[in-house]
Amino acid sequence: MLAYLIRRLFNAVLTLLVVTAVTFGIFFLVPKATGTDPALLYIGKTSDAASVEGIRVKMGLNDPIVVQYGKFLKGLVAGRDYANGPDVQHCPAPCLGYSFKTDQEVTPLLLGDLPVTLSLALGAAVLWLIMGISTGVISALRRGTVLDRVVMGGALAGVSLPIYFTGLLASAIFVYWLGWLPQGEYVPFTESPGDWFVQLILPWITLAFLFAATYARLTRANMLEILGEDYVRTARAKGLRERAVIGKHALRSSLTPIVTVFGLDLGALLGGAILTEKVFNLRGLGYQALTAIQGNDLPIILGVTLIAASFIVIANLIVDLVYGLIDPRVRLA
Amino acid sequence: MSIGATNARPYLEVKDLNVRFETDDGIVQAVTDSTFSVEAGQTLGIVGESGSGKSVTSLAVLGLHRTRSNAKVSGEIWLDDQELVTATDEQVRLLRGGKMAMIFQDPLSAMHPYFTVGSQIVEAYRVHHPGVNKKVARERAIDMLARVGIPQPERRFNDYAHQFSGGMRQRAMIAMALVNDPKLLIADEPTTALDVTVQAQILDLIRDLQDEFGSAVIMITHDLGVVAELADDVLVMYGGKVIEKGPALEVFQNPQHPYTWGLLGSMPRLDREVRDRLNPVKGSPPSLINLPSGCAFHPRCPYAGRNGNRSFNEVPLLHGDVHKVACHLPPEARTEIFQQEVLPNL
Repeated sequence: MLAYLIRRLFNAVLTLLVVTAVTFGIFFLVPKATGTDPALLYIGKTSDAASVEGIRVKMGLNDPIVVQYGKFLKGLVAGRDYANGPDVQHCPAPCLGYSFKTDQEVTPLLLGDLPVTLSLALGAAVLWLIMGISTGVISALRRGTVLDRVVMGGALAGVSLPIYFTGLLASAIFVYWLGWLPQGEYVPFTESPGDWFVQLILPWITLAFLFAATYARLTRANMLEILGEDYVRTARAKGLRERAVIGKHALRSSLTPIVTVFGLDLGALLGGAILTEKVFNLRGLGYQALTAIQGNDLPIILGVTLIAASFIVIANLIVDLVYGLIDPRVRLA
Repeated sequence: MSIGATNARPYLEVKDLNVRFETDDGIVQAVTDSTFSVEAGQTLGIVGESGSGKSVTSLAVLGLHRTRSNAKVSGEIWLDDQELVTATDEQVRLLRGGKMAMIFQDPLSAMHPYFTVGSQIVEAYRVHHPGVNKKVARERAIDMLARVGIPQPERRFNDYAHQFSGGMRQRAMIAMALVNDPKLLIADEPTTALDVTVQAQILDLIRDLQDEFGSAVIMITHDLGVVAELADDVLVMYGGKVIEKGPALEVFQNPQHPYTWGLLGSMPRLDREVRDRLNPVKGSPPSLINLPSGCAFHPRCPYAGRNGNRSFNEVPLLHGDVHKVACHLPPEARTEIFQQEVLPNL
């Protein structure tokens, strides 16, 4: 078990290393391809040649790509100093460099956005699990009935409708038309849990609707398959109440594959829910990434990519470990 | 057959049982007018090929078709003087796993993969003993595991089904079925999924436990050897109908139905010369949606032309006193064919 864990952790680190290499490569190549000088992006096009060269030296832009990548990695692990003669700027680990636009350190900037994304993703996850699994189970048990068709039709709509449609529609109805929810923006939980909750209700529901639809379909399909299993018949043959047959024996197996999907979905979402954040003006990682892409702010794009990749790799690892706990047939070795 | 000195009902009595399923392809008439009974302490063997209605019959006794909305069960099923077809779902549920229990064919798929074997036995016990605490139920489960011959039952209690060997798994399944001292035990091909060496052990176990508990046992199988070894009475099913029934010894020594002859002829035997081939019943089982008219076996019956002037378009009735058969062939012709053509090749 310990050996397995160590091997998996090693693999995770290796995966992340590959991600950094690839993203860094793109980071290096994009300015070349577009013919822009990263140094100019830092200080603006009006600057004189001497100060542009100063930035090049300070940021190490004159070094070969391998050296630049090495310095980037060192910055991630141990922090790095950007120096041009006596002008030294220290960037503590994990250093992701400085924004082209605002010259802010990327790491604290992104860490500041993280709570928004975390709040959005975790809240929505709770909602979609409850919505998706319960409707999926009901649908499976009432297979072929009107209820089943309505629920599955709704799920199809949920999967097909994009966030920028459902999100704007929900805002229009609940904020502007009915006036049930206040207009406003994200409030940190630490400031006011009530406002935090109220401001996030719509984004949660909108995002959860999209995912719940997938989960409902998945749960329904699993449930229908499991209900035909011999061990469900055995549970009935023992004289168990139908509630126990469904709620314990059948559901337990139906949910196992959902753990995998859920882990990966959540991991992906923690890297930023670009559309939802944009539609509801939530300044999280996704919003940050979008702004950075629009502004060609490569250090921020690189930072968000790395964080998103880390979440996915970590989620993968956790899913595999958890799977060993919930399915005794899986031996971790 | 029991000596009928009293008029008391047998422990299980099934009368005119019909089971049909409505499917998109049509109505599947899985069991037609099936009538049989089992006394306490006796064993009834039900034989027939796949799709003959053996398993559907036993699931009907347990009321397990009730959760299938397309299934329709009619007739009478009396268990210990209680009628089950008209009983409520809750009444049948309380009997299931209590007075009547079932052992399934493939113990690996019949046990839940995510719960320990012990906890599944505890669960079976506690459904029917709601007041019993976990510790007592656990002791009971371990005791049952020990009684079915599982070594180190305390340790095995916490294992999962996939950690058991095939034979041990079926033993555990039997422990689970017997945990509430059922008076009727239905074993649906309990040895089919097992190694030959283990099969005999499991059959011995079932017989020993039957002696110990005095239960009525229904042994569903396509293996006539199993029936010969265990059963007091035999029921031969074909196309959802009972086509021959009687005391096991009588049916084996003097089989009446050509299908039963076919089953006997397709049994491999060690004392037969290797160059002799098996004599399988030719053709394939009938479609239960579209049963052949009259005698369902007549398209496959090698002796169908020898029924005198009787028509195969009529359904043959089960006739006879103790040993009953549903066949259009005249009894004299049957005896002659069996003695002269069938027996020498068995």
